[in-house]
This record gives sequence, C-alpha cells and structure tokens, in this order.
Amino acid sequence: MKKKSLNLMVAALAVAMTAGIFTGCSSKKEEVKATTAPAATEAALTGSITAAGSTALQPLAELGAKSFLDKNPGATVNVQGGGSGTGLKLVLEGSVEIGNSDIYAKDKAGIDAAALKDHKVCVIGIAAVTNPKAKVESLTKAQLIDIFTGKIKNWKEVGGADIAITIINRPASSGTRATFKEFGLDKKEEAAGLTQDSSGAVKQAVKQTDGAISYLALSYFADAANKEGLNILKLDGVEATAENISTDKYKIWAYEHMYTKGEPTEITKAFLDYMVSPEMNAGIKKLGYIPMADMKAKRD
Amino acid sequence: MKKNNMKTIFLKLRNEYLGRGYAIFCGAVIVLLTFSIIFFLTTKGLSTFINHGYSIAHFIFSGDWNPEGGGKSPSPQFGTLIFILGSTVVSFLAVLVSAPIGVALAVFMNVISPKIGTKVLQPAIELFVGIPSVVYGWIGVSVLVPIIKIWFGGIGFSLLAGVLVISVMILPTITSISSDAIKTIPKDYIEASYGLGATRWQTIIRVIIPAAKSGILTGIVLGVSRAFGEALAVQMVIGNSVTFPKGLLGTTSTLTSILTMDMANTIYGTAWNDALWSMALLLLIISFIFILIIRKLGKRGEI
Repeated sequence: MKKKSLNLMVAALAVAMTAGIFTGCSSKKEEVKATTAPAATEAALTGSITAAGSTALQPLAELGAKSFLDKNPGATVNVQGGGSGTGLKLVLEGSVEIGNSDIYAKDKAGIDAAALKDHKVCVIGIAAVTNPKAKVESLTKAQLIDIFTGKIKNWKEVGGADIAITIINRPASSGTRATFKEFGLDKKEEAAGLTQDSSGAVKQAVKQTDGAISYLALSYFADAANKEGLNILKLDGVEATAENISTDKYKIWAYEHMYTKGEPTEITKAFLDYMVSPEMNAGIKKLGYIPMADMKAKRD
Repeated sequence: MKKNNMKTIFLKLRNEYLGRGYAIFCGAVIVLLTFSIIFFLTTKGLSTFINHGYSIAHFIFSGDWNPEGGGKSPSPQFGTLIFILGSTVVSFLAVLVSAPIGVALAVFMNVISPKIGTKVLQPAIELFVGIPSVVYGWIGVSVLVPIIKIWFGGIGFSLLAGVLVISVMILPTITSISSDAIKTIPKDYIEASYGLGATRWQTIIRVIIPAAKSGILTGIVLGVSRAFGEALAVQMVIGNSVTFPKGLLGTTSTLTSILTMDMANTIYGTAWNDALWSMALLLLIISFIFILIIRKLGKRGEI
C-alpha cells in the first residue's frame, strides 16, 4: 500500500515535471512567434514586445505600455527594470526589443553603440537634495563641486546650520550618478560617501540623516506629497523646474533613451512613435519628465 | 509463461526502477548543476586576471576600488580589500554577538526548561528563519538606524547596524544546531555528573557544553558562512561607502553589497563586470573553506 502511494507520487512528480518543461517551452515559442510574425494589417497590431532597462524610465514606460494597450488591444508591451546597463546589454543580444537607458550607449563601456538606434523619448532633470536641517536653499556650482569632492565638510561653510555634511551617492554604475557627475560636478571625482542602491533608498536615507546631501531624478518628487522631508536645492539660484530645463537654464538633465537593435519594426515602431506622440505629453509631464516637444534647448 | 514473465518485469520496473531512476536522474542533475555553476564562476572570475591582466595580489590586498578609472589613478583599479575586510568583520562580530546567545538558548531549551523550550522557544526560533532578509533590512533601516543615531551618535548607517541585523539573522542557525548537538549527548554523561554531586550549572558548563562542542562549533561556522553570504539586509544598513570602517559607527561595504549594487548596471564582458565575477568566485571559495572546516569538525565529533 505504502509502495503504491510512493509510486503514485513519483508518477505525479514525473508528470508535473514534463508538463513544466512543455509549458516552459511553449511559452517561449509563443513569444518568438509574436515577435517574428508580421502583423496582419496596420490597423490591428497584435503580439508582444519587451522593453527592459533603466528604472528611472520604468514608470513612464509602464504608463505608455498601458495606454498603448488600450489603443491597440492585442499589442502588449512588457516593461521590466534591471538598470540601464542591463537594458543595453539585452537589446544588443536581441533578448528584448527595446533597451531603456538613462545614458548614451556610446558612454557605456562594452556596448557596441553602432548596432543600436537611439530613440529619445523624453528628458529628465536631476536635482541635488538635502535634509531640511541643513538649512541651505541654493548653492553655486562651485560650492556643489566642493561639497561632493569633500572640500567643504560642514553646512555652515555655505551659510547653513552647523551640521557635518554626509554625501549619499548612487552606485558608480548608476545612470543618474553618471548624469549628475557630468553636468552637476563637471566630471570631478566624488569623495567617498555612503552609497544607496536605488533612488527610493536615497530618499529615505536623506530624510533620516541630518546633514545628508544627494541627488534624485525629478520624477521622484513629481507629487508635492513626495517632497516632504526633502529640501530641493537651487543651483546658482535656478530652480530645477521643467521650464528652466527646457531652456537649458538648469543644466543637470539628460535624455531618456529607448534603444532598438537596428531600425524598429511594427509594434516596436508603433510603440516608440506613440511614446513621443502628443497623446503621451500629459502623462509624461504628470510623472515629472519633460516631453521632447517642449524642449527648446538641444544637446548632442 | 511468457506473459507472466512480462508481468513480473513490468511489476519490477514499476516497483524498483521507476523510483530509482528518478532518484538517480535528480542526483545527476544536481551534481551537473553544481559543477556547471562552479565551472562558470571560475571561468568568469579568472578572466579579470587572465584576460584583463589584473594582478591577483592587487585584487585581494589593495583597497583601491576605482572601477571607472580617473581621479588619482588613470586606469581602473579593482582592489577589493575593503570589501573582504568588511565582510569578514561583519560576519565575525555578528557571530561574537549571537554565538553566546544561541548556545544559552539551546541549553535553556534542552536542559533548564524543556517545556517552555519546545512549546515557545522552538516555534519562535523557527519563525525567525522564515522572515526574508529584505524584511530584516527594512526593519534595520527604519528602526535600528535611527536608534543608533540617537543613542550612539554618528549617522546611524554603520558597521554596528550591519552586525546587529546579521546577528539576529544567524541566531536561529546557531541555536537549532547547538540544540540538536545537546540532544544527542548520552543521558549517562549527565546522570553521572549529577551522581557525582555536581549542580545543574556545573553539569552544563563542565559536561554538556564540552560534550556538544563539535556540534556547537558546526553551528557557529554555518552562522559565519551565512553571514558572509547575506547581501540585502546588510547592504541596506551598512552605508556602502568605499572606505575602511572607522570604528563600529563607521560605514563600509561588503563583498555582497557591492555585487548587488553594481551587477545590473555593468556590461557583461567588461573589466568591471568581470571584477564582480571575481568577487563572486572569492565568495564561493570562502564558502568552500567553511564547508571543509565543518567537515573536519564533524569528523572530530564522531570520535
């Protein structure tokens, strides 16, 4: 009796495993079919594509994917995070159709930028933020650089409270950090500081640590409620707003890129067109990004 | 006759070989999996030294971590001493905190009050094991870090916070293995000790703990190796600065925290990414050493 039940169990396990293998394979097949099969007509796009990479761009890509699906039932865009590096790597390998990135592919070591086609979908500003106890509203660029390179060690040196400065960085490989370093710090080497894995963690650490200074993408405080506990610095007296960024008065900003391998086709092309279409503008602004159409200034 | 023969073969197949075949298959898959992971890690990990020509001595003994280059040194530097030291210090301090507590709990559960032990402590400790490490980290960031800031000064993110979080995490490992070791002590030892007029405390100190020594040590080594491999919880509270810790309230990084922070954003095949693989290989080697130590301890316990 006991043996029988054991046999049954083994059989059940074997069945489950085989079934697992088959479903595993079939789902893959489906994906391949969806991406290679030509769409029947222009009007009815069907199938699914995947966009992966930058977590800074992820909320916007998700919003775009959702309204794109509403317009084109049957055309699914899966959005995944993973980081800019991952996005570029995956699109280059061909495992995803779109690679989201905060930085230019040519600036990332180990990426064959020539094989990728750049689609700029929006602009994101990055602001220096401090804990409110620092009591500083505005910094000049020189002061900002001195703080991040460790020359200025106390907030009173720049007219604030008598609190030691704690620098909170993103990891060296982060796209936000690369942008901030290039346009905020003129590529000067930062002094050693704390490192937080994600923008969310940076936000919490700045709120908790008295003399903290760090930097966040504007999309992280698009809502007024999200600004609580954070003091957003002006740079040379210029506030980090969409207007100041669009005229390049505020300098720390970057394009958000969606890279494709070669020219995009069908769904991918339709989705990329949709992302920069006027329909998306309201959503882009609401999430704290700046639509490409609003940008008066240009940068290569 | 022939039909009967077929039937027995079929029966035998069903009763004997089906299960055995499945077990062998699973065993082979596991062995294959382990070896392919080791092979992959080794090839990737060694490419820092072979393809990129970085010296092993520099990798292990230099604290100069500058993967982008620029600044003082124009070429990228991959010295991981800070992280190796960070991991080691966190793990050993955590064990220093939780080993005495774990052993004391094990003694309490088995010798002093088995009733409370099995009814309350055992389930409580088992519950600890089920809490995911990200939750420990989260509690660490929102409760422990502010408390350290208020009580001890500094900024809260510190080596101390990492040590405390990890010591809670490895406590169940040490406790349950020590408890198992104490359970297997022959009753004769304890009775003999009582018979000679020893008090309970004397019995615990002189007989029970020495007799369970190898089991307790195994628990401690397992605790150290878990502490070494833990990534998320430590990363959230230790500050992750690329500096040697300045005392208990200073911040530093561990091998695993650098791995989790940089792996997604570096490109496969670059020197930076390969340096991360080398750190992963280093972790594998360290855990291999711990396993060897446990084996040695286990053998000694048998005699």
